[in-house]
Amino acid sequence: MSAILVYALHYDGAFNKNSLGAVSEGSRLAEELGSECHAVVVGDKAGLPDELCASLGRYGARRVFRVEGPEGLAQPVVDAMARVIGEQGHGYALFGGGLLGFEIGAGLTARLDAGVCMEVTSVRVEDGKLVSERPILGDSSVSDVHYRAGVGVIIGRLNAFEVTESGDQDAVVEDVALEFEPHSLRAKMVSRGEQRGADVNIEDAKVLIAGGRGLGKAEGFQALEDLAGAFGGAVAATRAVVDAGWYSYSAQIGQTGKTVAPKLYLAAGISGAIQHKVGMQGSENIVAINKDANAPIFEFSDLGIVGDLNKIVPKLTEAVKARKGG
Amino acid sequence: MKICVLVKEVPDAAVEKRINPGTGRLDRSGEKNLNPFDTHAIEAAMQLKEGGVIEVDEVVAVTMGPETAVRALHKAVSLGADRSLHLTDDALAGSDVNGTGYALARALESEVPDLVLLGQQSDDGECYTIGAVLADHLRMPSLTQVIKIDVEDGALRCERQAEYGYDTVLVELPAVISVGDAINEPRYPSLKAIMGAKKKPLDTKSIGDVGIEAERVGYDNARAHCADFKAPSAKEPGRIIEDEDTGKTVEQIVAWLDERKLLA
Repeated sequence: MSAILVYALHYDGAFNKNSLGAVSEGSRLAEELGSECHAVVVGDKAGLPDELCASLGRYGARRVFRVEGPEGLAQPVVDAMARVIGEQGHGYALFGGGLLGFEIGAGLTARLDAGVCMEVTSVRVEDGKLVSERPILGDSSVSDVHYRAGVGVIIGRLNAFEVTESGDQDAVVEDVALEFEPHSLRAKMVSRGEQRGADVNIEDAKVLIAGGRGLGKAEGFQALEDLAGAFGGAVAATRAVVDAGWYSYSAQIGQTGKTVAPKLYLAAGISGAIQHKVGMQGSENIVAINKDANAPIFEFSDLGIVGDLNKIVPKLTEAVKARKGG
Repeated sequence: MKICVLVKEVPDAAVEKRINPGTGRLDRSGEKNLNPFDTHAIEAAMQLKEGGVIEVDEVVAVTMGPETAVRALHKAVSLGADRSLHLTDDALAGSDVNGTGYALARALESEVPDLVLLGQQSDDGECYTIGAVLADHLRMPSLTQVIKIDVEDGALRCERQAEYGYDTVLVELPAVISVGDAINEPRYPSLKAIMGAKKKPLDTKSIGDVGIEAERVGYDNARAHCADFKAPSAKEPGRIIEDEDTGKTVEQIVAWLDERKLLA
């Protein structure tokens, strides 16, 4: 039966949570298919010791293929996975949410003339085959995606697959020697993982006040700092404003940022793109302030205020201060 | 150097997008526009051309799509592209990501670009993946979600945000780069450029012109099919307040927070 190959991303001595989720999910599906789940790791050998690789067994991976190669770039991993699938005949390639998974999955699709589905939120077995479920059209509809021929590539949405430890068996670690394609070595990492802006802790905050492009300028965050101060919470940001240099990367929510679930998430000037939503939809109470009544964030907020945040936020800060003080 | 920018015509943001239940494909009728994410790719091409660090001989807008898709090309030309290439053929209809990437790669090969630029996603398909598919077919290095491009010794020094922070990657040319929307603020076309757009050269190619094998494209040859559309398990719609009197609005917010013990 069709075995499943998962790419496991590692950094600084640990596997990415979304990769562990993908290994867990791949193992669950492989068991149902009557096959096995395996993983590929690519990087410096020193950063991928036997124990670390073998630890993927706890999430259900039976074999781990270790390839020595450049880290943080997609194309060398495409080469590695294409080689392993070519030799071992896996039926599916599975990726957890994240930027690299999208790039590797897409490259592998081209290389193997495969079927691909991205932003997958769940996978099930039907007639001995995997069927992916993906939300489409701004999450207004959900579609089943069937793989019709060749290898099926499944690229998960961020946080779609839960991390589950299913045993304490070590995975068998096998080294794969590989000559990379010339084009895969023509992009070189100059520096990786640069943290821009101050290091702030948002994961422990019970109240998060998040700002997006609707703030208009970097200075707009001052009003949010004041409101967060009144609540005793912290300030978070969208990718757009972090990329623009308005706020710290360490406070970023969503794809390539943090995933949070505070008691209260107040989004100011945030339209609610899916990449943001996946990082905060687990919040207990979501309040959104946006001047655009059609902003997608109103579709998943518990309380939506259509209006000018510059008028509302300062008054709300005063009111919260008064209540908290009183 | 020659830059090809991939563009796509998508339903206008104001049009409610829906799936045609009969075909399982997006209903693309109604008002259409150039995919907004693509304007950032065109702007990036123009900034490279105008930047003068590297000599850009021409910027070519490329699209695949039905006859109407020429409007996206006209828009791209009005934003600065020198000419455009329209890959159109009934055999391409309903192609999946795999088939679309393959077909576009063949069309691009006929242009021999030094750089292929794309936007980060299409507003309708939301697949984020065509750039990396193309790069593998073209055997070029590639990077997506790039928010800064600098020319350095004939290569591109690119920055992007990835899983663990910001990465800086040196990408040799020829290359495929998909840009994030934070890379620039796209310009507006001048009236003169809009009027002149239809006069710029436009090549129309069918699959045979660029060596696309018919059995690798189109709905029937797609490797993945969408089916069984259903509504998501949406949560209860929230309460909406239109802010007319801010004092009152704030009172309502505070009461709402109070009910949920969020001010304790």
